[in-house]
Amino acid sequence: MIDVVIIGGGVVGCAVARELSRYDLSVSLLEKTDDICNGQSKANTAIIHGGYDAKPGTLKAKFNVLGNKMYDKICKELDVPYKWNTSLVVSFGQDGHAKLEELKEQGIKNGVPGLSIIGQDELRKREPNIGSTAYEALLVTNGGIVCPYELTQAYAENAAVNGVEFYRNAEVTGVEKIDGGWKVTSKAGTFTAKAVVNCAGLYSDVINNMVSEDKLKIVPRRGEYYIVDKNYADMFHAAIFQLPTKMGKGILVSPTVDGTVLLGPTAEDIDDKTDTRTTAFGLSKVLKYASLTWEDIPRKKFITTFSGLRAHCDRDDFVLGEAPDAPMFFNAAGVESPGLTSSPAIGVYLAEMIADKLDSKKKENFNPIRKGIPKFREMSDEERAKAISANPDYAKIVCRCETVTEAEIREAIRRPVGARSVDGIKRRTRAGMGRCQAGFCTPRTLEILCEELHISPLEVTKFGGDSKYIDSYLFEKGDNENA
Amino acid sequence: MRNVDILIIGGGPAGLAAAISAYEAGSRNILILERDENLGGILKQCIHNGFGLHTFKEELTGPEYAQRYIDKVIEYGIPTQCDTMVIDVTPDKVVTAVSRGAGLEHFKAKSIILAMGCRERPRGALGTPGWRCSGIYTAGTAQKLVNLKGLMPGKKVVILGSGDIGLIMARRMTFMGAKVQACVELMPFSAGLKRNIVQCLDDYDIPLLLSHTVIDIHGKEHLEGVTVAEVDPKTLKPIEGTEQYYECDTLLLSVGLIPENELTNMAGVKISQATNGAEVNENLQTSVDGVFSCGNVLHVHDLVDYVSEESAKAGINAFKYVKGELKENEKTLEVVNGFGVSGAVPQRISQKIDEPISIMFRPRGVFKKAQVCIDVGDKQVATKKARIFTPGEMVTLKFKPEYLENSGNADKITVRVEVQQ
Repeated sequence: MIDVVIIGGGVVGCAVARELSRYDLSVSLLEKTDDICNGQSKANTAIIHGGYDAKPGTLKAKFNVLGNKMYDKICKELDVPYKWNTSLVVSFGQDGHAKLEELKEQGIKNGVPGLSIIGQDELRKREPNIGSTAYEALLVTNGGIVCPYELTQAYAENAAVNGVEFYRNAEVTGVEKIDGGWKVTSKAGTFTAKAVVNCAGLYSDVINNMVSEDKLKIVPRRGEYYIVDKNYADMFHAAIFQLPTKMGKGILVSPTVDGTVLLGPTAEDIDDKTDTRTTAFGLSKVLKYASLTWEDIPRKKFITTFSGLRAHCDRDDFVLGEAPDAPMFFNAAGVESPGLTSSPAIGVYLAEMIADKLDSKKKENFNPIRKGIPKFREMSDEERAKAISANPDYAKIVCRCETVTEAEIREAIRRPVGARSVDGIKRRTRAGMGRCQAGFCTPRTLEILCEELHISPLEVTKFGGDSKYIDSYLFEKGDNENA
Repeated sequence: MRNVDILIIGGGPAGLAAAISAYEAGSRNILILERDENLGGILKQCIHNGFGLHTFKEELTGPEYAQRYIDKVIEYGIPTQCDTMVIDVTPDKVVTAVSRGAGLEHFKAKSIILAMGCRERPRGALGTPGWRCSGIYTAGTAQKLVNLKGLMPGKKVVILGSGDIGLIMARRMTFMGAKVQACVELMPFSAGLKRNIVQCLDDYDIPLLLSHTVIDIHGKEHLEGVTVAEVDPKTLKPIEGTEQYYECDTLLLSVGLIPENELTNMAGVKISQATNGAEVNENLQTSVDGVFSCGNVLHVHDLVDYVSEESAKAGINAFKYVKGELKENEKTLEVVNGFGVSGAVPQRISQKIDEPISIMFRPRGVFKKAQVCIDVGDKQVATKKARIFTPGEMVTLKFKPEYLENSGNADKITVRVEVQQ
């Protein structure tokens, strides 16, 4: 029997894993899909929220504010790109003032520092390209942006280096109480553990309801997005929200740490937890509302669209901690926005609670430092020359749009909890995420995956399962190799 | 820092032709930098024939066409460096490149010829709703997999867009045993060459659905099918009730080519909104002194023969520039896209020219019983008739020096289509 099984390899599961790896505990993380960071952690707005938005007294409010304060330290330790670029909540038209005041008061109650309401002049000084009807705004100085994939990846790598075992394609099919702990049945085998942490995102209700009578219901709330080419990186500076509505924080226009601009999301409750389709209706809604903020959105400069599902709990708050009727079964359920922001705090909170109950001590040899894959695109010429002489694969640029080298792609596969699919490489290196959307680099990326994983092109997938690229060889294998 | 007289970025058809003509004009200090392992550019994967009809009066495959130029480059001993990626170009013509063999290198060029070619528009740029599954490729990516890697993406194909690569791939996929069900084109006309529609679709009974588009993509993991609908030719919006489901495991996109001008931007060169390529004068010189642009990075051509022809001029002019013999007239006329004309190149013409120059453009629609006119100022100076003008086929006009005689204070040259009543 091991100490802890974590169910779910999203940002919360990986944060919990990393924080638990500080302790002298044996921990395994089970992820349903072929890769970590494959659900809502990969498809969200990538914002470090200030904390003004959640109702005072909720776990969302508490952990948002706590998590926000941890970002400097966590991103420095784990070498994750982030930026305090501020957030603005903009009212379009004159009648939003009372609501902005309300938001500000709410933020102050939540303990958010540095909130102020700014008028036309200040708003346009900060954002000269904002739409003509923008009237005033709540300025959130502790708002930021972060790369959600790299954060999740960094947690996972650091956890793995500190002893956590990761199992992918390990969908959990049952959790049962046994003597002294839990039996977790999964598609990657059966695990017994003293404690279980449910970080299953959209499926956190299913996992909870396997063991607890305190039933939860998670409703998938879909958000659709556009991404605009990085030529527009300087168009806006802050993450620009519109005054929120009941269904969410409204359509925002936000720069990303990678230089693209994000437009979205919509908020639509749906039935199917796998339905990550984009829709004509949703996408047109994004453009309709985003054009308040950005009046002449360059429609020829979209590089892609996507949708993400938020794990919205019917309790309208995070469900964190030990289930009332299932000792040593811990929930991090219903973690939707601001889940990314809250994740560092949730990780620490649950890890401390579990370590305490298991009476575990901190390890002396815990290494809190993780270094990202050195990015060719961010190097100076001297650094580039050095990188190439140490590893000539740094001279081979595979993804032209994002300037990603073969060295980075190979390392993304070789790292702990490394990439196994084309999308896995994309999230770890940005190869294929640029304006040609993998047109040029796909054939080479396929080859590198084959070489590194010793698989055939017929086995390479976009994101696991049946998402294969190649149907068949055109020639006999021997001929093919000469082709 | 290595000094080079003429540095050519790109060893595809444009770069090769430019290098050869610069050499033949007398330059002995040329260097071609090519990012791929071999010269030839995209022609290497174009194993169909039909290349070279204008240049060599015979039908060659892409690799054969490229080889003629590669052979010349070898014969002349023009230095080439493959597997070398240019990562920076400055306005004062310092070029930074990386390669496995030489590491990171800086070059100081007297003249630069930009010949990087173009790339394909991806699905993301279209915003087509649906799943983000595997099985969706740009036509050129599929062409590389099939023709160079021997890998078949799928067996049941729908093609979105009717660009030439899409048409060519319709036939290739058919040859390789796939069933190509339809080629779906948003516009009421094809973006490809007539001969490709006949030889790649009609000959294999592949329907070309004009004024149709893909409105939904199905398949959670791998592509399972697409929904195709008719669109209103005016608004280009799908018409309700016309939806049709096509089961398929492969969707190939041939929805436009975009000149690849990242380096051009770094060099500080002014880009044309109409072509997405550099703005050039009749010498193919860009807004940055000594930097030239040619081939598909300048504007997307229909035939490689014209790429070679254009690029040869760039090579000659680059050498003239190096020798200090390139005449620069202070006064230039702007070339304006009139009715029915899109992306005319060059964008500027000197008030005095010594020899005829080519103005190339793509018609904005299909025009029958029409002629193309050139006006200098308000005065019509030339016309060219054709049975039909279509966006798939470029129009080349000869602009003669005498058109500028008595042009007075005219500051623009307008190219326009005139439909005859």
